Amino acid sequence: MLKSLVSQLQTLWTILQHTLTKAETVQYPEQMPYLAPRYRGRIVLTNDPDGEERCVACNLCAVACPVDCIALQQGVKDDGRWYPEFFRINFSRCIMCGMCEEACPTNAIQLTPDFEMCEYDRTSMVYEKEHLQIEGTGKYHDYNFYRVSGLAIAGKDKGQAQNEAEPIDVKSLLP
Amino acid sequence: MTELGAISFGLFIIVAAVGGAAVLTWFERRVLGIWQDRYGPNRLGPLGAGQVLADMLKLLTKDDWVPPFADKPVFIFAPTAIVVAMLLGFAVVPFGPDLYVLDINIGLLFFLGMTSLAVYSVLLGGLASNNKYALLGGLRSAAQMVSYEVFMGLSLMGVVMLTGSFSLRAIVEAQRDMWFCIPQVLGLFTFMIAGIAESHRLPFDLPEAEHELTAGFHTEYGGMKFAMFMLGEYLGLILISCMITTLFFGGWLGPWLPPLLWFCIKVFILILFFILLRAAIPRPRYDQLMALGWKVMLPLTLLNLLLTGAIALWLEG
Repeated sequence: MLKSLVSQLQTLWTILQHTLTKAETVQYPEQMPYLAPRYRGRIVLTNDPDGEERCVACNLCAVACPVDCIALQQGVKDDGRWYPEFFRINFSRCIMCGMCEEACPTNAIQLTPDFEMCEYDRTSMVYEKEHLQIEGTGKYHDYNFYRVSGLAIAGKDKGQAQNEAEPIDVKSLLP
Repeated sequence: MTELGAISFGLFIIVAAVGGAAVLTWFERRVLGIWQDRYGPNRLGPLGAGQVLADMLKLLTKDDWVPPFADKPVFIFAPTAIVVAMLLGFAVVPFGPDLYVLDINIGLLFFLGMTSLAVYSVLLGGLASNNKYALLGGLRSAAQMVSYEVFMGLSLMGVVMLTGSFSLRAIVEAQRDMWFCIPQVLGLFTFMIAGIAESHRLPFDLPEAEHELTAGFHTEYGGMKFAMFMLGEYLGLILISCMITTLFFGGWLGPWLPPLLWFCIKVFILILFFILLRAAIPRPRYDQLMALGWKVMLPLTLLNLLLTGAIALWLEG
């Protein structure tokens, strides 16, 4: 009994000492916390270093998305590039898991350290392609999918990509 | 003091006590914040004091709803009872040598009676809500009352014995040579614990117990009726602090400063201490509280009574 009374008094003294300790609180809107570049926040679509949009509308992000918040339609440009005719992310469903970013073969879809995306209207949470597309390259500055893939497009035939050998003529007998 | 003066001072006390209780809701959250290494409400107005106004506005504009399954008249009566009882308790508190509403020769008994009446509010509120949590809260309140009311009254008898009067002014005057917190240290200790239990403050907020009973006896209450319960609780806190000041810390007595200021300073420090208790001590189970009340506190008060009586007789004889 006496022991527990002493223990209670010690507790009181410990708490009283906290009068002089500084508050741990981060006063958020005035005092922004540091967010790492790899923080998983608002999703963007990026351009390749040449300024062309990276997305090839392969639908892998939409497949990977566990909450099915990504919708897009594939189209083909005159030069043979694929591109999304529309690209829609419903951020009221998005859980910022980053699966789409991991699935993306062209580094087009990326998550950014921005999380302040509150809206009064629920439909405003549905972002269309023009809201998602940014001018820069995001986190990967040198990667250009069409420069490393074997796909032929206008101005780049098969075998002309970086680190790519000339295609082998399988019908020829010569080495 | 003239009758008119007493009435006007009474009105002033009501306004001051209710205002103080309202400010205390904000102040307590700020002080708790300091002790828990955070800020508490600091956005609205200077130091966040505008929070008081905002809370008041919110509570006043809320729908005044009575659940269809509740016992309506009792449900409405319960929150008023606690505020009325607590405010009446202030009538006997002497704030200064001639600053009081009532100076009756049973002042201390009046105070004990009024605080005991306040328990009805919690009991009836819990019963009338017709809700399991509220009923459990009311039940705990009853159990708590049974265990602390006895030693609460007895713990003050030492003070009465030393003074020879139930009048609170006489009790303060009797402390000119020495505050009763020294000869009556056991009485102070037991009365303080009873006082916390009486005002349903943490760590003895068993009837409310947010973590177990949602909100205990006022689970079904909202809007102004809920505000009345909160007001009653904070009024109880101020009243208990006032009583401890009067009974054990020499009331308005003190050098240099004016009496009223001394009184306010002492009350303020006691309120701070009660908030510190809230910040630091966990809530006991209610059988633990009852065991503490009957097995430790009651024998302690009786021992205190015995010793005080013996010493008083020895000093006389």
